Amino acid sequence: MKLNLKIWRQNGPQDKGEMKTYPIDGVDGDMSFLEMMDMLNNQLVESGESPVAFDHDCREGICGMCSLYINGEAHGPDRGVTTCQLHMRKFNDGDTIYIEPWRAKAFPVIKDLVVDRSSFDRIMNSGGFVSVNTSGNTVDANSIPIPKDDADKAFEAATCIGCGACVASCKNASAMLFVSAKVSQLSLLPQGKVEAKERVLNMVQTMDDEGFGNCTNTGACEVECPKGISLENIARMNREYLKGALTK
Amino acid sequence: MSVLDSKIPEGPIDRKWSDYKNKIRLVNPANKRNIDVIVVGTGLAGGSAAASLAELGYNVKAFCFQDSPRRAHSIAAQGGINAAKNYQGDGDSVFRLFYDTVKGGDYRSREANVHRLAEVSASIIDQCVAQGVPFARDYGGLLDNRSFGGVLVSRTFYAKGQTGQQLLLGAYSAMSRQIGKGKIRMYTRHEMQELVVVDGKARGIIARNSVNGELERHSAHAVVIASGGYGNVFFLSTNAMGSNVSANWKIHKKGAQFANPCFTQIHPTCIPVSGENQSKLTLMSESLRNDGRIWVPKNIEDVEAIKQGTKKPTDLTEDERDYYLERRYPSFGNLVPRDVASRAAKERCDAGYGVNATGEAVYLDFAAAIERYGKEQAHVQHVESPTAEDIYKLGKGVVEGKYGNLFQMYYKITDDNPYETPMKIYPAVHYTMGGVWVDYNLMSTIPGCYVAGEANFSDHGANRLGASALMQGLADGYFVLPYTIGDYLADDIRTGAIPTDTTEFDEAENAVRSHLERLIDVQGTKSVDYFHKRLGKVMWNNVGMARNEKDLNSAILEIQNIRNEFYSNVRIPGKIDELNPELEKAGRVADFLELGELMAIDALSRNESCGGHFREESQTPEGEAQRKDDEYGYVASWEYSGNPSEPKLHKEDLVFENIKLVQRSYK
Ligand SMILES: Cc1cc2nc3c(=O)[nH]c(=O)nc-3n(C[C@H](O)[C@H](O)[C@H](O)COP(=O)(O)OP(=O)(O)OC[C@H]3O[C@@H](n4cnc5c(N)ncnc54)[C@H](O)[C@@H]3O)c2cc1C
Ligand code: SF4
Ligand code: FES
Repeated sequence: MKLNLKIWRQNGPQDKGEMKTYPIDGVDGDMSFLEMMDMLNNQLVESGESPVAFDHDCREGICGMCSLYINGEAHGPDRGVTTCQLHMRKFNDGDTIYIEPWRAKAFPVIKDLVVDRSSFDRIMNSGGFVSVNTSGNTVDANSIPIPKDDADKAFEAATCIGCGACVASCKNASAMLFVSAKVSQLSLLPQGKVEAKERVLNMVQTMDDEGFGNCTNTGACEVECPKGISLENIARMNREYLKGALTK
Repeated sequence: MSVLDSKIPEGPIDRKWSDYKNKIRLVNPANKRNIDVIVVGTGLAGGSAAASLAELGYNVKAFCFQDSPRRAHSIAAQGGINAAKNYQGDGDSVFRLFYDTVKGGDYRSREANVHRLAEVSASIIDQCVAQGVPFARDYGGLLDNRSFGGVLVSRTFYAKGQTGQQLLLGAYSAMSRQIGKGKIRMYTRHEMQELVVVDGKARGIIARNSVNGELERHSAHAVVIASGGYGNVFFLSTNAMGSNVSANWKIHKKGAQFANPCFTQIHPTCIPVSGENQSKLTLMSESLRNDGRIWVPKNIEDVEAIKQGTKKPTDLTEDERDYYLERRYPSFGNLVPRDVASRAAKERCDAGYGVNATGEAVYLDFAAAIERYGKEQAHVQHVESPTAEDIYKLGKGVVEGKYGNLFQMYYKITDDNPYETPMKIYPAVHYTMGGVWVDYNLMSTIPGCYVAGEANFSDHGANRLGASALMQGLADGYFVLPYTIGDYLADDIRTGAIPTDTTEFDEAENAVRSHLERLIDVQGTKSVDYFHKRLGKVMWNNVGMARNEKDLNSAILEIQNIRNEFYSNVRIPGKIDELNPELEKAGRVADFLELGELMAIDALSRNESCGGHFREESQTPEGEAQRKDDEYGYVASWEYSGNPSEPKLHKEDLVFENIKLVQRSYK
């Protein structure tokens, strides 16, 4: 395949940035999107140009590091996958592909397609945990049975990879889906219930402080989330928040 | 520094750890506040160590090269974590887990370390559940287990195909709590470049901030390296793209010996290589071998027909298939250990029975499992005389529940639907048992420099059993290191903060700067990947699944050549003081180019087959690995001599007092 790539280039946080065009040839359908980017970069390096910076690591959809906005969609046109799992067979010979970084106030661009998502970590630091020491001197793991349904739901919520596609797809750049996934996971489990109220209040506070927008229920996040994190989590978090706020 | 002192405590095996813990020196809480510890790596080992050390009261500085500690490569572990809980009542015990692990490692690990691992395994599960890790449960609400290769009990805890993710998020949450309290200072997008040694003790690191390229000095009273494994020396592996040996290699060059570098695990079930532009290989978890059956066609004509597309695998009848693991190893069948399963696949493919275009693939088939589960479900749900389609649907539902995300991953990569046609799989580099030599306290040969998780050589001998790496990483970080490091730090309560404006820090920083300048100044014509791929090919062909003297000798020469060419013809664009992913890669590949040679030297010097290390010169008449305990019953530990081609060998003899050595058999 021959493709025409339009890629966002931005030298640093202060740089204005612009879209640049890169034609590329010899792409085959079995290549992943990032392997196509590797090919481009190796060509750029060997011809003395500067390669395109982008984030990635595991390349199997689990670390949450890759983050491209492709043809106007977070993680590209395929559903239920991250950018690193997207394969070139989803594109056609001659296509023009637009590649941009996540765009959100709380995710400033560092360079080209690389953004700073440390705001997510700061939300977690404010409450995304159970306050238990790691001494191992806890109760036996089977001493509190957990209904399978709750365990399964908690697991579903816990599969969030923290990629930020939900924020990037949301016109308000809201982080509700991400935050609600963690709040839900822990509020569904007996171990997390103890501090459920403080958790949700603290995490929502940090989310607001970090400059994420409000949720207006457009649902774009759920559509683009590569892990299928459901809007139900947002509803659950809203209930938890109300409970927390009322008893505070 | 030549005699290796493993510091294994005296006493009977099942008392060593508890007695030792009772006698170990402690640091009082007020003094811990004056002690700093650096932890490089935030995977299961580093993350759990950082959280635990911070909880104890030390000031922790943690480093990772990703943009968040949650993204460490442990996140990708799929299948599960072992623990001797015996919840299934199937005869499991601490001793059995200990025994299985020593035998699985083909008797090349330390008994005392492995026993300790088995002892603390149960606490790991308790700990993780308390943190809110959502392990799989049965309908009664209790924890579920599955089986992994090389054992006859069900002791593996799991969270679908995302066990590593859930465990790492647990450790990350424990870290987050300490970061929130200010007890851990987290440095993301930072790469350790050098260890700083002051008066013979590890006292700090030089790290490069990859956002702006600045070299930073960080001091501490002890340094913990938990930087993961080095499988990426093969270029193609199941490791994440950034996984590297550099932190390990830097300490090696500063005096830490590197043990059993050639012990590499080649995992039998990975998606086969598809093309030249491929950047990594994807694992299909070993847990799939609980239900999947491995086979190739019995007749070579069918192989040809499948390759030409005139036959499909599903067209072949049962007698036209060779379930070669079940045939060769009737008692363990598809659940033989990884090294055995990988070699068996290679044997069939070398004989011409590989089922894809490159001839390097075998089938992993779920049809029988789907049918079995379907019938079971039909019975449970009282479906009267179910049709084949009913059974398929019900069975598919069960398989999806167990392995859904793996099947989806497979489908996305290959465009083949594994519910309908068998998966194609082939062995790929996965894990490295070798690593920095550590004593019982997890301290390397540099005082104050500890190594945990996959980065140390530790507990898995010559072959790691499935679901044991997660166990080891968390054991090291939650339950071993927090004790053993105290014994060392007890001497530092009056030392005070370590200054960074000293000649030792100056020298270390200058060395890093000149190395980076040397790389960037080459301005040759080839990208870093070009050299990395070439190195990978040599490693895979000559230092891979089967090794022999001739190929190893030629690998050594070839690696030296590639290394020389790298330093005269690599092209790294950009500058040192900016975000520069090519420079980061170059630094890692430079270290792989030295490590690769050491792996070949080590493989050459060990003229026996054991675990994942298969020397063609040393096999039984049936083609199984032939150990030579009298000659090679030791850990090969290599000291850096100043020249990567001339390492110095030290031996730690392995003493087995509790387990009798026998030739491993899974027949
Ligand atoms: C696909 C896959 C599936 C697996 N499945 C299982 C399984 O089911 N069960 C099992 O037991 N094991 C499994 N394993 C093995 C297991 O996941 C790993 O051995 C284990 O997670 C390693 O953990 P770690 O903490 O030692 O290192 P890692 O998780 O690799 O963490 C390394 C850390 O070090 C940091 N780092 C590295 N170099 C530097 C540097 N120079 N400077 C700063 N930071 C640095 C990284 O940023 C990272 O934070 C699997 C492995 C793979 C590849
Ligand atoms: S909720 Fe989905 S889109 Fe948002 S961070 Fe988590 S995985 Fe990514
Ligand atoms: S690179 Fe890890 S999710 Fe894409």
